[in-house]
Amino acid sequence: MGQPAQPTSNAGSSRAVDPRGNTLKAIPTTYNRAHHIFAVFTACVAFVVITAGALVTSNDAGLSVPDWPTSFGYLVKVPHFVGGIRYEWSHRMVAGTLVTLTLTIAIWTLLVERRRWLRWLAVAAFCTVIAQAILGGLTVLLFQPPAVSTAHATVAQTFFCIAVAIALFTGRKWVEEQPRVEFDQRRPSLSTLALLSIFVLYVQLILGGMFRHHGMSWWPHVANAVIVSFVLAWTAIRALSVYSQIEAVRRPAIVMLSLLITQLCLGFTAFLTRVAWGKDAVQPELPMVAATVAHVAVGALLLATAVVLAIQVWRHVPVAFAEPLPQGQQDASAA
Amino acid sequence: MNRKTGLTMMATSMLVLFGLLLLAACNKKEEQPANTMSQEAAPAPAATPIDPSTVATVNGTVKFDGTAPKPSKIDMSQDPACKGMNEAENIVVANGDLANVFVYVKDGLGSRTFDVPKDAVVLDQQGCKYHPHVLGVMAGQTVQFKNDDMTTHNIHPTPKDNREWNESQPPSSPAIEKNFAREEIMLPVKCNQHPWMKMYINVVKSPFFAVTDKSGKYEIKGLPPGDYTIAFVQEKLGEQDQKVTVGPKETKTVDQSFKAAAE
Repeated sequence: MGQPAQPTSNAGSSRAVDPRGNTLKAIPTTYNRAHHIFAVFTACVAFVVITAGALVTSNDAGLSVPDWPTSFGYLVKVPHFVGGIRYEWSHRMVAGTLVTLTLTIAIWTLLVERRRWLRWLAVAAFCTVIAQAILGGLTVLLFQPPAVSTAHATVAQTFFCIAVAIALFTGRKWVEEQPRVEFDQRRPSLSTLALLSIFVLYVQLILGGMFRHHGMSWWPHVANAVIVSFVLAWTAIRALSVYSQIEAVRRPAIVMLSLLITQLCLGFTAFLTRVAWGKDAVQPELPMVAATVAHVAVGALLLATAVVLAIQVWRHVPVAFAEPLPQGQQDASAA
Repeated sequence: MNRKTGLTMMATSMLVLFGLLLLAACNKKEEQPANTMSQEAAPAPAATPIDPSTVATVNGTVKFDGTAPKPSKIDMSQDPACKGMNEAENIVVANGDLANVFVYVKDGLGSRTFDVPKDAVVLDQQGCKYHPHVLGVMAGQTVQFKNDDMTTHNIHPTPKDNREWNESQPPSSPAIEKNFAREEIMLPVKCNQHPWMKMYINVVKSPFFAVTDKSGKYEIKGLPPGDYTIAFVQEKLGEQDQKVTVGPKETKTVDQSFKAAAE
């Protein structure tokens, strides 16, 4: 069981106390409903872009529009909306919308937000979405090299995680509620497990991307799924068994566990429809497309949930460190 | 610099960056002066003379041994303009005869060189399928890509040894002319609009090649007398080779059969 500690707050008291008795300054901030709703909307659009991108890859439509940043020579002119163009052009348009939304949320955050680190996070979100757009362009112009296409897929989910984090940090609960804090004395700490979960999910994302973009066989992705399952289950079970009384930790842990089970089922279905049954398919078939797109989408949700869990663990279940005592004091206590 | 100024500067620089990207995006890509961009190929050496009075012919039939797989059905419903035969052509067998096998002289020509034909080879897109499904050309020979469909195609060869390219071709647009500089067997070409559209171009250095027709027949004419390796390549079933010796004016029949690929 973790060790309870005095609560910290952004809204109420401007001071909090760490386990060593040091006083920490908190920046008072207020909940901005419109800003938060816009951040949530931006995160939702990012999820739509990821799903649209998965549709592009699964339908082998990535190069159906051969130019970039224009589409058939134009920025927004609707082309003949058939075949692979439907997927690629729609993906580009939703992605363009996301760039605009991200620019808006970044400027809005810079103008209204008092927390400096959140302002920087908003700037990072904008830089990430621009990097993502450039990677998308390179994917088209370099004819989908596996490394670039995988980077495009990975940065997309990184952006989604940043957008979700901004939505979390601007939320009412984060801003106004006094967090319940319990110090974690177990090893490995829940914080370490949550970060490890993010790491193995990133590795899994890269392996999956490389497989989908024909840069690698399927088996590393499948083999790493075992590691991912183990680490995520360990993290979620630790969170639920020790810190279930903290709602902010319990909720993402339950969601993570549920998504993990869903993702394993989808991964199995995607494997069957793509590798086992669909290897000689003359065109992308609906079961393969549906299973793979769902697998990518749930994968993105799983990574974002792991990030949310890690953030909540960092806030509510900080790691308790044993403070090294000077030599004289150690001897005295021993005596 | 106070906080407000810093914020304004950050916001301004982000707007400028976004504006620059928009500006770059608005610049319509300049059209190629002509659709004739080709790979740079070194000037071909003079062709080695062949005595026409001694040339031989190799012909034959390629068979499929065993029960032919049923052709996979293609779903073209995603584009109303696609109204072609909706069966895949990866293994085409009729009465045991195997079509679309690329047959060529793989070995035995030594250092002979050959003139590249001036006539272009036509690859037609009709009914959202490629015609022919398997094509042979000499390295450096022009391939003319035509679109006879009322829909946009994109032509995307994915070679290993030649330069990759990807161009869209709207309905009624002029033919795209390209060539391939290096020898490459079964170079895949696909359309990303219509993912079932796939075909193979075979780029060879000599004019001694053929593609089996629906009755599995092929014929290679004008071959100088000598010992050769004839290769039979099928996109799914792989390659099989046969050695053959042809004398002056001789016509030799070289048949070949493919077995179904092991599951």
